[in-house]
Amino acid sequence: MSKLSIFSGIFLIFVSLSAIFAPWIVPYPYDLQNPGELLQSPSIKHIMGTDRLGRDLFSRILYGARMSISVGMFTAFAALIIGTIYGAVSGYIGGRIDNIMMRIIDVVYSLPDLLLIILITIMAGRGWISIFLALSLVSWVTIARLIRGEVLRLKEMHFIESVKALGANHDRILFIHILPNTLGILVVTLTFRCAAAILAESTLSFIGLGLAPPFASWGTLANDGWGTIKFYPHLTVFPAVTILITMLCFNFLGDGLRDAFDPHKRI
Amino acid sequence: MLLFIFKRFLWGIPVLLTVATLTFAIMHIVPGGPFDREKKLPPEIKANVEAKYHLDKPVHKQYFLYIYGLIKGDLGPSYKYLGRDVRDIIKDTFPVSIQLGVLALFISIIIGIGTGVIAGIKSDTIWDRLTILFATTGISLPNFILGIILSLLFSHFYKVLPPALWEGWRYMILPSITLGFAPAAYIARLTRSGVIDVMNKDYIRTARAKGLKYRSIVLKHVLKNSIMPVVTILAPLTAALVTGSFIVEYIFSIPGMGRFFVTAVTNRDYPLIMGVTLIYTVIIVLANIAVDILYTFLDPRVKIDT
Repeated sequence: MSKLSIFSGIFLIFVSLSAIFAPWIVPYPYDLQNPGELLQSPSIKHIMGTDRLGRDLFSRILYGARMSISVGMFTAFAALIIGTIYGAVSGYIGGRIDNIMMRIIDVVYSLPDLLLIILITIMAGRGWISIFLALSLVSWVTIARLIRGEVLRLKEMHFIESVKALGANHDRILFIHILPNTLGILVVTLTFRCAAAILAESTLSFIGLGLAPPFASWGTLANDGWGTIKFYPHLTVFPAVTILITMLCFNFLGDGLRDAFDPHKRI
Repeated sequence: MLLFIFKRFLWGIPVLLTVATLTFAIMHIVPGGPFDREKKLPPEIKANVEAKYHLDKPVHKQYFLYIYGLIKGDLGPSYKYLGRDVRDIIKDTFPVSIQLGVLALFISIIIGIGTGVIAGIKSDTIWDRLTILFATTGISLPNFILGIILSLLFSHFYKVLPPALWEGWRYMILPSITLGFAPAAYIARLTRSGVIDVMNKDYIRTARAKGLKYRSIVLKHVLKNSIMPVVTILAPLTAALVTGSFIVEYIFSIPGMGRFFVTAVTNRDYPLIMGVTLIYTVIIVLANIAVDILYTFLDPRVKIDT
């Protein structure tokens, strides 16, 4: 892997750890209102400044990382599980059932993700759980397609034929012999899906349709400052830059992992 | 050919009906009606209001009334903007969104194909590397962050362009760049690999060997053959522009359909949500049909399945 992707990976681990340990490392409690220090620009005391209630922006971004990163990770895992099972079953059984299952995917696929997510959150409310549900329900589709393609390719291979000749049943063939061979692709997809979920969540929160207060993800924080960007740009710039750096890191890490897992490139 | 187009249009109907039914179902499962305010309405008034909007009828009747209205092109009244029909709101806001979308599409296709072709025919030069850099940043740069950056730079630090509204060409520059940037990067990447692929083909060597001008080789042979992958992504591209318009119209306070959709979601204005969702679906279905037709024109090898 390139240095850039390793560095991105380390940075992401660092961000995740600071999200987990946020309560112990924040300089100020995230909801501490300080009427004496409203809307301050970045200084040594508040390295990212304060918002209109005098809350320390750096502490709020650290807490926001909990929301943003956890939505991303959980969504990616849920999508991975649904997508893998769906894709594997569809590809392995094949024939008419495969055809029907793929047409269902086509319907979900033909509508834009963000529109679907918004429609689902209208139904399920605006909490963490419903955002997570909406994102997972939308993002398994890509994974299912990918896994189906892999399973279709793998099940025609000679080693599967030999396993069949040895008398293995379908469960064993699918779970012990086919799926472990898709692991490389899965890890890469997981990285990109995680980034996509974090992005979708922050986008939704930024336009005011995502997490509602008191939850504050990076998108919510960026939106909070948007109305007064003319006078207090730091309130939007810091959360936006945080999102951007995280996105870039996920993309670099994903590219690096893809190269590392691609057998054609490993010489 | 006509039959093929006709059949493709017929296929659009079940998709639309599914979306209409789904949105209708979603809106009716949701807890909390549109007239729930903090201050409770007196029961008589509430009954009158619900009767006016047919909310007192059983669900299946509401559904048939809704579908019947759709066939007549009536999307129902807005719950929030009293006295205005959803159709009128869409009629007012749709042209703005279409202007924005078409501009962004234009920008993305021209910049994308332009830089892609240059990078492809001059691969491994500085132009190629610049294009790759542009393509990578464009794809990983979320459009709302690009919008924030652009509006900070050009309307707050250097006050050269207006930060909001939609009242002339100067207002259109920042939003359409924000919306078209990521698609442009994507198209550039696709075109570049398409051009590199085609440049190595035998027929290009033949064309060169028989002494054709380099310029006409690129314009006639390379461009037409490397553009196919770009055509295939036009449909997802339209979808991306649609969802991108929510964000861009929000950032730049543009009075378009996307912005009204976002407000409608916050206000739980169900008929408006359903109406706009349907319009979006129509746009996407039409884009898919257009791509299919374009495909058969550009590549005669694609068989028409009638």
